[in-house]
Amino acid sequence: MTITNKIVTENLVLQYSDGTESLKDISMNIPVNSISVIFGPAGGGKSTYLRVLNRLNDLANVTTVSGKAHLYSESGDFIDILDPNLDVTALRRRVGMVFARPVVLPMSIRENLTYGLEIAGVRKRSLLHEAIERSLNQAALWEEVQDRLDDPAMELSGGQQQRLCIARSLALEPEVLLLDEPTSGLDPISTGKVEASLQELKKNYTIVLVPHSVQQAARAADYAAFFLQGKLIEYAPGNEMFTTPQVQQTADYIEGRFG
Amino acid sequence: MRISRIKPESFITWLIKFTGYSAIIFVFLIFYFLLSEGIPVFGEVPFKDFFQVRWYPIEAYFGLLPLLVGSLIVTIGALIIAVPLGLLTAIYIAEVASPRTKEILKPLVELLGGFPSVVLGFLGLLILSQYLREILALPTGLSALTGSLILAGIALPAIVSISEDALDTVPRSYRDASLALGATEWQTIWWVTLPAAKSGVLTAIMLGIGRAIGETMVVLMVTGNAPMMPQGLATFVNPTRTMTATIAAEMGEVANGSTHYHVLFFIGIVLFVIALIVNVSASTFVFRRKKRSERILS
Repeated sequence: MTITNKIVTENLVLQYSDGTESLKDISMNIPVNSISVIFGPAGGGKSTYLRVLNRLNDLANVTTVSGKAHLYSESGDFIDILDPNLDVTALRRRVGMVFARPVVLPMSIRENLTYGLEIAGVRKRSLLHEAIERSLNQAALWEEVQDRLDDPAMELSGGQQQRLCIARSLALEPEVLLLDEPTSGLDPISTGKVEASLQELKKNYTIVLVPHSVQQAARAADYAAFFLQGKLIEYAPGNEMFTTPQVQQTADYIEGRFG
Repeated sequence: MRISRIKPESFITWLIKFTGYSAIIFVFLIFYFLLSEGIPVFGEVPFKDFFQVRWYPIEAYFGLLPLLVGSLIVTIGALIIAVPLGLLTAIYIAEVASPRTKEILKPLVELLGGFPSVVLGFLGLLILSQYLREILALPTGLSALTGSLILAGIALPAIVSISEDALDTVPRSYRDASLALGATEWQTIWWVTLPAAKSGVLTAIMLGIGRAIGETMVVLMVTGNAPMMPQGLATFVNPTRTMTATIAAEMGEVANGSTHYHVLFFIGIVLFVIALIVNVSASTFVFRRKKRSERILS
């Protein structure tokens, strides 16, 4: 059985205890093997939505979460992401995340890549090395670092660090990759490399991207969702969204009249 | 108009310069005094005499070894207790405790640091030593162990407070990144947060050492003050005597300008050098941390 939607969320409501950036009744499906883009002005709930999908909000001051969030596997089975008894570490291995600023851990390049695998219990050196080479290739970084895997990861340039972060998530072979403004700190050339590798990656992964500009949203999106103040205003295939938006607010934002 | 604005400006500059330099001058004066009173000892006592195992100044036995070993045993004992305890407390406060608990615990720990050490010494003398004597069936409860326990209490607040600050400054994003890779909270603390705060934690331990080795009043009160060389494991429960306690106990009744007087100042120089080494290594770690954080920001 093939599935069409990787993630299904219905009536998702989330409230922080200090009242900031919450989600108001979000219902949207993330199609499998595609790039879904979530864009909109700051404070609209984009990051919050991503952090619901891999339960990183667990440690934040969240007062209420309600609604439905299901993660489907190839067989058509699904798990309830919001289930309080869920093994979140297993969920996070299936749903990887890359953050706005490159966060390389204070270790070597190799250790950054093997960290997640070793914690998951993988010890075999050949398997680890295989994962390193595959993930670095997928993130278009292998050529640049193959001879210096044991150097501190902090010595890489900003763009390389961010691609290392992507590679680090990919090393775990997740099914979904959440990217929260992954190119906000990068120069145009590095941004281009990251975007190109995303187009390659979507053949095997389901990608949810919060872009750092409307232009990037338009370039990358197979599907696009416009978030405004915690509400999902419009959700459509990318080519329709950025040419003929149906809602006035979306059109205004895309044309730069606010935000 | 212009002049009246410049005048107080230059006065303030002068004042700041004066206070800044005076701090340096005081340090040098102390150092000079210490040297001028301590150096003459080399003309009066052969250097190898300091390595004797007997400290009995009245008959001119100036063996510093029992005092040095006493200081080291009490300090190391204190650290063996204080470092793991302090580190775990810091991890609890920084990583595990709820914000409410944290708000109560952190000031409490700092309050403990502000306790006059003589009060802790008093508790050690009257309560702790009694218990230790009964539980371990010792001839006296005043021993190196008692000193270590109380000193651990004194070094603990510095270790907890500074390591907690160090753990707290580890960016939230490191933890998120580690959690997002499927690590549990404890794996994250052990493999990411603690290594990232390594230099701050080492600084905390160094300052704890400095605090413990320089402490006088408490060790004078609870260690029993017998300058003895170590004898196996029993050393920890035997009375001992540290360098600081020796100076404090004997300086009051020594003849001014005598050999004994000079030797006491020489002990002061030894302490000064130890403190200097500890402080320099601590600040080296701090300096390294600054450089790294600058690199992260760039």
